Amino acid sequence: MGTIVAPAVRVGRGTTRAAWIGAAVVGLLVAVALSVVVGANPMAPGTVLDTVLGGGTAESRFVVWDQRIPRTAAGLVVGAALGVAGALMQAFTRNPLADPGILGVNAGAAFVVAVGITFFGVTSPLGHVWLACAGALVLTVAAYAIGSAGGQAAGPVRLTVTGVAIGAVFAGLTTGLTLTHPDAFDRMRGWSAGSLLERGFDVVLPVLPLVLVGLALALGAASGLNSIALGSDVARSQGVSVRRIQLVVLAAVTLLAGSATAVAGPLVFVGLVVPHLVRWTLGTDQRHIVLGSMLLGPVLVLLSDVLGRIAVLPSEMPVGVVTAFAGAPVLIALVRRRTVTAL
Amino acid sequence: MSSPTGPPDSPLQAVGLGVRYDRRSVIDDLSVAVPPGSFTVIIGPNACGKSTLLRAAAGLLPASAGTVLLDGRDIALYSAKDTARRLGLLPQGAVSPEGITVAELVARGRYAHQRLLRQWSAADESAVTDALRVTNVADLATRPVDELSGGQRQRVWIAMVLAQQTPLILLDEPTTYLDIAHQIEVLNLLHDLNGQGRTIVAVLHDLNHAARYASNIIAMQDGRIVAQGPPRTTITAELVAEVFGLANVVISDPLTGTPLVVPADTRLPHPVATGASSSSGSRAGSRAEQTI
Repeated sequence: MGTIVAPAVRVGRGTTRAAWIGAAVVGLLVAVALSVVVGANPMAPGTVLDTVLGGGTAESRFVVWDQRIPRTAAGLVVGAALGVAGALMQAFTRNPLADPGILGVNAGAAFVVAVGITFFGVTSPLGHVWLACAGALVLTVAAYAIGSAGGQAAGPVRLTVTGVAIGAVFAGLTTGLTLTHPDAFDRMRGWSAGSLLERGFDVVLPVLPLVLVGLALALGAASGLNSIALGSDVARSQGVSVRRIQLVVLAAVTLLAGSATAVAGPLVFVGLVVPHLVRWTLGTDQRHIVLGSMLLGPVLVLLSDVLGRIAVLPSEMPVGVVTAFAGAPVLIALVRRRTVTAL
Repeated sequence: MSSPTGPPDSPLQAVGLGVRYDRRSVIDDLSVAVPPGSFTVIIGPNACGKSTLLRAAAGLLPASAGTVLLDGRDIALYSAKDTARRLGLLPQGAVSPEGITVAELVARGRYAHQRLLRQWSAADESAVTDALRVTNVADLATRPVDELSGGQRQRVWIAMVLAQQTPLILLDEPTTYLDIAHQIEVLNLLHDLNGQGRTIVAVLHDLNHAARYASNIIAMQDGRIVAQGPPRTTITAELVAEVFGLANVVISDPLTGTPLVVPADTRLPHPVATGASSSSGSRAGSRAEQTI
């Protein structure tokens, strides 16, 4: 991360920016702590701490080490991946409503996974990952095609409506598949709503390298995206190879959205909300936005997950339902803003 | 096709250049060289191919025939960054992201000088500082670009192109949408930059501004070049009548002696005749008068 050196002091925002990044790091630590401490099995924070440090009873060790910590790791990976995927899509399409959930990328990825589970008996987590990435790739290309139809950035509203329609179609197909195939239904029940329940290291570890590559690509493309934000003619005359950035962004979004969907199912709104929050606090530099989204995405996912664990006790609300509730008002606020096209 | 090499002194030239949009030919077999150190202004009516020529010359549009030579070498052979270190362009319709500050926007002109692992250097810093100072926007450095007046904003965009530190700068209608005072301000700035040794190529609509500021005029019509040279020999009543279809008189600018185009008033009973016959085109009472 030492490469992300911005002209911060000269810009005069450096101190504020550092404060916000500090706050995001603290928020992340708090979210991780809550995710490990809070759960359906009430456990005193002291017991949890003791267990984390190697003590605890057999039961507490099972809850903390086999359930909560892997689940927290899944939340970290999924949140960072979705936050950055959303930031990339918004920057590249120059559309403030672009998001892998809203544009149907996650739903498409989920559908391909459902097909794999239902018809081809794919059960390994790694199998899910590749299927999800394939689905994400196809849908990301479709989203870009819509986003650049007619040579111009598509209006945010048109893009959103089309994306929601695509997402609804795929969600419907996925539901249809699972309802007609009881075995698949069993396996996909929690997953298709977007959930971190029982996501262990067996699911997280296979996607981790893909997510790391995706995040690295995102950081590499950030500087070029800064120029693309000024219009493609400006970008090209500043020396940006727009086509190369396009390929890098496409690869990164595919890896990130595909991996996140493989782990947690089709989560919506995380990729939409996180980059906006980051932009409001850190400004317009994509290098900061990518980095900030990497920190804030996990905060949102983990806090939503914690909320879902305690909102409807004794059962659980999937994290995807919580993020949908949290994200919908933000989407409405964005659509209603007059300056929504100005990104 | 052999790759032609032009005279090494012209930083930018077109050789038999053809450019097409879809299947429609906009420019066909056009050859022109920008004199080194010149302030070249491209004039011509709407849709005559001015912007197309500028964008093709900057390497933004592919040539369907012929070549563009940048520093004597086919522009298609340069990498994107290499081109951007030699040639800066301010296109029409550049958009500034919401909330971006002046210094941040100008800093984005440094892309071609940055590396993945060296994002910001002392050279970048001093290029941005210089660009802010030369364009007289240093005081605005921390202000959001959205809050500036049109004239200030245009100077900021020019500062961004200057931060790219290219010896050659192309601008597509840099004075459009500005009021007269801000137009002159921008043109004076371009004049100063030219005086500091940069070659400037600009598309302008105002012929009188072109005549006053340019050292070299390129007049276009229907994708062809109809005249090229210093304003005194190119901006004539005949040329204006032919290219723009406008009856006019060309007089001598009382301040600078450069050509000044005065449209004929067709509402009067004896409007000035057009074209070559307009050389006696003075009206009773006008000061005037010589068409060049």
